[in-house]
Order: sequence, then C-alpha cells, then structure tokens
Amino acid sequence: MDLTQNYIIWKDMMKAGESLPAWQEAFVKFYQAFIDGNRWQQYLEGVGVTLIVTAMALLLGIVLGVVVAVIRTAHDQQRIGQRNWLLGIVNAICQVYVTIIRGTPMMVQLLIMSFVVFKSSRQFTLVGTLTLGINSGAYVAEIIRGGLMSLDPGQAEAGRSLGLGYADTMRFIVIPQAFKAILPALGNEFIILLKDTSLISVIGGKEVLYFARAIADRNYEQMFPLVGTACIYLVLVLIFTWLQGKLERRLRQSDRR
Amino acid sequence: MIDVKGLCKSFGSNLVLDHIDQHIDPGEKVVVIGPSGSGKSTFLRCLNLLETPTEGIITFEGTDITDPKVDINAMRCQMGMVFQHFNLFPNMTIRKNITLAPVRTKRMTQAEADAEAMRLLARVGLADRAESYPAQLSGGQKQRIAIVRALAMKPKVMLFDEPTSALDPEMVGEVLDVMKELAHEGMTMVVVTHEMGFAREVGSRVLFMDQGHILEEGKPEQVFGNPQNPRLRDFLSKVL
Repeated sequence: MDLTQNYIIWKDMMKAGESLPAWQEAFVKFYQAFIDGNRWQQYLEGVGVTLIVTAMALLLGIVLGVVVAVIRTAHDQQRIGQRNWLLGIVNAICQVYVTIIRGTPMMVQLLIMSFVVFKSSRQFTLVGTLTLGINSGAYVAEIIRGGLMSLDPGQAEAGRSLGLGYADTMRFIVIPQAFKAILPALGNEFIILLKDTSLISVIGGKEVLYFARAIADRNYEQMFPLVGTACIYLVLVLIFTWLQGKLERRLRQSDRR
Repeated sequence: MIDVKGLCKSFGSNLVLDHIDQHIDPGEKVVVIGPSGSGKSTFLRCLNLLETPTEGIITFEGTDITDPKVDINAMRCQMGMVFQHFNLFPNMTIRKNITLAPVRTKRMTQAEADAEAMRLLARVGLADRAESYPAQLSGGQKQRIAIVRALAMKPKVMLFDEPTSALDPEMVGEVLDVMKELAHEGMTMVVVTHEMGFAREVGSRVLFMDQGHILEEGKPEQVFGNPQNPRLRDFLSKVL
C-alpha cells in the first residue's frame, strides 16, 4: 500500500479523535514533519544556508584571527627598548576586541548586531554571518597566538639568519608549522561555529533550525522537527570531524621517519 | 671584514658582553672558546644582529649594521649561520630547506637553486636525501644539511654556534670534516665551540672569553701551548 495514502487515512483518523497505535501516530508525525508538502526541501535549503554561513563566518574568523594573532605576537616579541608605539596602539585595539567578544555571550552579540547596530537591515542571515565571523575571529586569534608562541624561536631565527624578511619567515616557516600544531583546536572551533549558526534563527536567519521551528509551529508538533534538526547537525559534525582527521594525517607526512 | 667596536650587550641588568673590540680579516678562522655563560654565543649572535647590541658598532665590509636604516636582511644574506640545534625547517623537504632562502631573496631561480642544492648535497655526501624530511635524518646529517643551507646563499662569512654540541659523539667527526674542508677552501669562519682539537687544528686565531670579556687571544699554539691568563689555564686544565 502507498505510504501517502496511509498517511492521509491515519491523519484523518487522528483528527477525528481516534486513538492509534504508537507507531502509526509516530509515522504520521514523521510524515508531517519531513515529507508532507515536500518539507524535506526546506531542511535541505536550511542545511545549504548553514554551510554557507559557516564557511563565510569561518573565512572571516580566520582572516581576523590571523591578523590579530600576528599583531599581538609581533607586539609581545618585540625587543625591550625598541617598542613601536603604532604597534602598541593596534595591539591595544586587538586586546579590546578579544576581551569584549570573549567576555559577552554570543546570543547577546547577535541581538545587539541585529536590533541595534544593523536595526534597519533586512538581511538577517548576512548580519548573523557577520556576527558569527567577528565572534569566531576572537577565539581563532587566541588559538593561533598560542600556536605561534609555542614554536621554537630557533625556527624564526634560522629563517631570519638566512636573510629572509619577517613576512617570508612567517609565511613559509612559522605559520605552516603553527597551523599543524593548532589544527585540532581549530577543528574544535569550526565545529562550535557550525553549531552556533543555529543561533542566527533567533534574529531571523534562515538556516535549518529556522525552518524546523516554522514547521513545528505549523503542525503543533515539536519533537520530530527538533530531533531531526539535531540529527542533521550531528551528521554534519561527523562528516567534518572525518575530513579534519584526513587533513591532519596529510599534514603529518613530514613527521614520518 | 668584520669590525667590532665597544660592543656591549645586557639582558636586563645582566651584562653579558662588556666592551668587546675585535677585528676579523677575510679568510680568518676565529675560534671562540670559554665556559658556559661567558658570552661566546651572544657575541656570535650579535655579529648578524640576531641579538641587538645594547651599545657599540659592528661594521661588516664598511657598512655599520647596527644602524637602524641598514637593510639587515641584505647583510644577513652574506653571513651564513649554523645553530647548535640545527633549526632545519621540519615542514619542508631537505631540497626546499636549502632552496627557500636563495629563491625568496631573488638570488637564484628555483632551477638554479635546485642545481646548487644538489651540488652542495653531493659535496657532503647527502645527495640521496634531497627529498627526505629533516625528521628522517640523524643529527650529524641534519647539521651537515644546515651547513649546506647556509652555504647555498654563497655567504662571505660563516658563523657557527656550537655546531657539534648537540650531536652524538660518533657524529661529531662528520660535521667537523665538512667544516675543515670549508676552512681549507678559504672561507672566513667564526666558530664558537668546545672542540679543542678542532680549535687547535683549524683555527687561525683563538679567543678565550669569560664573563663578557676576551681574556686572551692568539694563535692556537700560543693559547693552548703557553696560556698566560690564570682563568684560561684553569679552564684548559679542566677541558683538555
């Protein structure tokens, strides 16, 4: 028998107030949450938005993070008596940025960005992406700074002693090695970011949770859309964890003996 | 070639070098010996400004390199340095370790640098390791590669900072052989070392340092054969 016919019959029976066996009831709710009216397409659309938002926020976060980390490391590793005042000011700005972002909740930042800073904007998803990127940048900056500081100073010295400039030394010697060291922490930050995209539904960003809640409200049934959303996130995280493992193994090729 | 005048270096309140004056001529092999903490390494690291002198002037081929306006990278291109802990770049193959600096400083094309790297590697007997990573090599091999890496820039002077101190005793010989060969070819060298045999055999001049001062200097026969300074006599009686 066709599943759609089953669904229609059982749904009408439920509406009429008849009590169905638990599995039939679950089937109706599942069908309602994911299949009826091609609702799975909405979830799919939400996943697409989630991935795009994550990618763009990650990009912004890494760019911000690298800039802040390099400035702060350069400032901290200056020789005593040769302090550059311009670097001091930029470093202070970076410190304020990291302190404010890490010291306030993500949710509050989102609400402020949406209802105060960009209150006339209707681009909710974009505002959410921007906020996530700025938020992530502060954490990524601290992760990268840790990586840069942990590297043996002899590596940078060897680069400089060969006549390479500061920028080349960072680009070819320090950053690639630091990147390998911080990859697990960076992967962790990426996963947090991926899950935090669900928060932008609060300001009207159209990602998975946004659609799930709309569907739940329409059907007066919360469990299936919400648990479904949880499963979607879990699968995404598992995929990226697997990819991260592959990347780590590739970067480790210079360690083999 | 290198002229040092009134060089002082302090870390905080700790005076490590106290008014050092030195002149190094082209082709000289200057060996610096002395106890730990005497300022030998700091002196060497000041010569290519890895440490910024607190006071004093260092002139390299007529250019005052302590002048902040001097392009220090261009100066360092002409001074090779070899470190105690090799400091090879573990994220690159040996070939890339050697060719990175010549290519990035636009002294050679990648092809020229590759050819030069292979020529130098063949000289130290490691041509077959060009595509290996540093982690795959022994300490002695790493240090020979580090010497090759510095030589690839065709420097006018080579600075060695305790190049054999981190090596297994068995591997010291292979590194010293490369350095001796380099010395015979007429390279100007400044070597900080605890290898007294090397100092005696290769050095054209020996400096004995203690507590930031050069207490005695002269030809190896003189410094080792007839030491004048009591601190040097004490030091030699312990190490020889």
